[in-house]
Amino acid sequence: MLERKPVIFLLLATVVILIGTIVTMIAPFKWINDPKLKIAEVKPYTPLQLEGRDIYIREGCNNCHTQTVRPLLADVDRYGDYSKAGEFVYDQPFLWGSRRTGPDLARIGGKYPDSWHYKHMADPQSMIPKSNMPKYAFLQKPLDTSLTEKKMKALNFPYVQADIAAVQGKSELDAIVAYMQKLGNDIPWRKAAQAAVIGDLKNPYLEDKTVIPEGKVIYDKDCAQCHGKDLMGDIGPGLADLDKPDADVFKTIYTGIIAGGMPAFGDQLGKDRVWKVVTFIKSTQRK
Amino acid sequence: MSQQEGYADDVVKGFIASSILWGAVAVLVGVLISFQLVFPQLNLPPYLTYGRLRPIHTNAGIFGFGIGSFMAFFFYIVQRLTKTRLWSPGLAKFQLWLFNVVIVLAAVTLAMGFTRSKEYAELEWPVALLVVILWVIFSANVIMTIIKRKEEQMYISLWYIMATLVGVAVLYLVNNAGIPVSLFKSYSAYAGANDANVQWWYGHNAVAMVLTTPPLAIFYYYLPKATGVPIYSHRMGIIAFWSLIFMYLWTGAHHLLWTPVPDWVQTLAMAFSVMLIAPSWGAVFNGYFSMNGQWHQMRENYLVKFLVFGITFYGLQTLQGPSQAVRTFSAFIHYTDWVPGHVHMGTMGWVSLTLFAAIYYTIPRLYGREIYSIGLANLHFWLAVIGQLIFSISMWVAGVQQATMLHATNSDGSLHYSFMETFIELYPYWHIRAVGGVIYLISVLVFVYNIVKTITSGEPAQSAVKA
Repeated sequence: MLERKPVIFLLLATVVILIGTIVTMIAPFKWINDPKLKIAEVKPYTPLQLEGRDIYIREGCNNCHTQTVRPLLADVDRYGDYSKAGEFVYDQPFLWGSRRTGPDLARIGGKYPDSWHYKHMADPQSMIPKSNMPKYAFLQKPLDTSLTEKKMKALNFPYVQADIAAVQGKSELDAIVAYMQKLGNDIPWRKAAQAAVIGDLKNPYLEDKTVIPEGKVIYDKDCAQCHGKDLMGDIGPGLADLDKPDADVFKTIYTGIIAGGMPAFGDQLGKDRVWKVVTFIKSTQRK
Repeated sequence: MSQQEGYADDVVKGFIASSILWGAVAVLVGVLISFQLVFPQLNLPPYLTYGRLRPIHTNAGIFGFGIGSFMAFFFYIVQRLTKTRLWSPGLAKFQLWLFNVVIVLAAVTLAMGFTRSKEYAELEWPVALLVVILWVIFSANVIMTIIKRKEEQMYISLWYIMATLVGVAVLYLVNNAGIPVSLFKSYSAYAGANDANVQWWYGHNAVAMVLTTPPLAIFYYYLPKATGVPIYSHRMGIIAFWSLIFMYLWTGAHHLLWTPVPDWVQTLAMAFSVMLIAPSWGAVFNGYFSMNGQWHQMRENYLVKFLVFGITFYGLQTLQGPSQAVRTFSAFIHYTDWVPGHVHMGTMGWVSLTLFAAIYYTIPRLYGREIYSIGLANLHFWLAVIGQLIFSISMWVAGVQQATMLHATNSDGSLHYSFMETFIELYPYWHIRAVGGVIYLISVLVFVYNIVKTITSGEPAQSAVKA
């Protein structure tokens, strides 16, 4: 019957398509926009952050970087607290991505100091030798601010004229770094997730020089990009001849220094490997 | 001969030529970005970085090659199945020009960084608006031809064609809704998890309405044409059709498993994805059963080889897809190279092989010439299949290896590998993938050469070559 009536067929096909659409695409708006999912600490983007986000979009960063941490051990230990719906309410468009050629960036904000990002964006391989990220040194040029106010208005983000003025004279690199530093950093997850180190902290390798090479391997991989290959410091302070108790060094590596831009390595490395790094770092002073 | 029975076929020729051109561009850019992943110094900022080229690759493939050839074959098939000349050949001619203008604009604007970032919906609003106009005049032409048809019965291919027209229209309009700021910049009308859910409702149904229903329309038309025997079951085709277009729309959120999109949406997507195996394999079985008593043609008829391998990859694709849509497996392989491996089996295997067969069948009939070289067509077939398999298999292995490493933990619960330790293991696979891409590119060049030679210097057609 239908095989002879194209107009009725078209209408019926449209209805069939719309059923799943209504249930799984339109209805969820009500669930996602549930006021209970709102997070008060999550703030709209400032003009500079918004411009940075637009550069992230322009350069297609989302083709290699995701922005959602899943509630899975491998994700949470590697990137931080899992993502919540309320954290994305100002994201038009969303930038969750679909492929992690590079690491997830949902929690990159506050992980490193600004200087880490400037250096890394300009020449990723100088910090992570085997990285395949393109060099973005060309972002070191004046930011086009002609649309900034229009953009803020279009998205209904609050601002005062001083915010708009503050964008003048910034570079594209300044903007994208400002955006990076906001990512996932509105909620105090870093503080909440900071592992409390309890118990007596005693270096199990204090007398064991055999773990020093292994500690150096970990140091080269995870620490050298900021503290220098030779421990002389760069983005982070120099660590040669570090005159601090082993327990303090352990604590710093394990739990990080949130305000100082020192990431916590506890979840990723575990206690044993952190002690080996401590033993390596201190070996320069002990010899 | 070129104007068989008064059909408007010039525009079909134009769309086939355009789609082949954009298909070759898509593969070429694909090969380039596969090398950029291995040699980052091949990124030439600002215009030729991976981040800007990858959308050009996907858009050239989906819109340039895919949609371009669907426009060609919809016009070709619809005229023949309705025994009616195209409603407006003039409009179709305008559509051909507009199509090529849109694809060029898409490539240029994407290279300049004008993008909305949502996958397969990157084009900024003025270009997207042109896409809408394109689709409206295309749909009007096809639907009016069907309404004015001289053959009362509508063959299954016409069903898939009509579903494609409405499906794409609904998807594209909803997901592209935006707030323009300037001619080159706009923001999505939706935010955060809402935007994600709308996007993947669109994204996965682009797979349905662009990479499934149009190739199925083409497959159902060309398989009987190539083999000379009718399709096994029209009824099975109809049941599969309605269940396919019903179920597909529920599955978008399987791209969003474990994200902040509501759990029940994810669960529904997972369930419907698994259920989709039935209608997908309805089409596969229809293809296989149509080959009953005809399997010897796999040896003798290169067109059949393309079509049967095509539908086989479709069958594999629609088993692998649902497996990835299950939460536990998704937790493991999502965001790894497994997924590009999966996608390219569908695009380089199923869609492309089917389109190659349709082009090989149609070109000789449009130009009244025999195909230039069946030997080269066979070479094209094997290079394409081998290139695609190297691509997909290397990516599946890479995906599983990286997933295993990412999830590995020590006895104290800490992670065994840092991200970079898992990352550097991918380089060998990326080299292999690039080689697969080069082989596929060579296959496309062989194909283009064969088609050009057919048009310019093929033998005049024997009586066998008729519509």
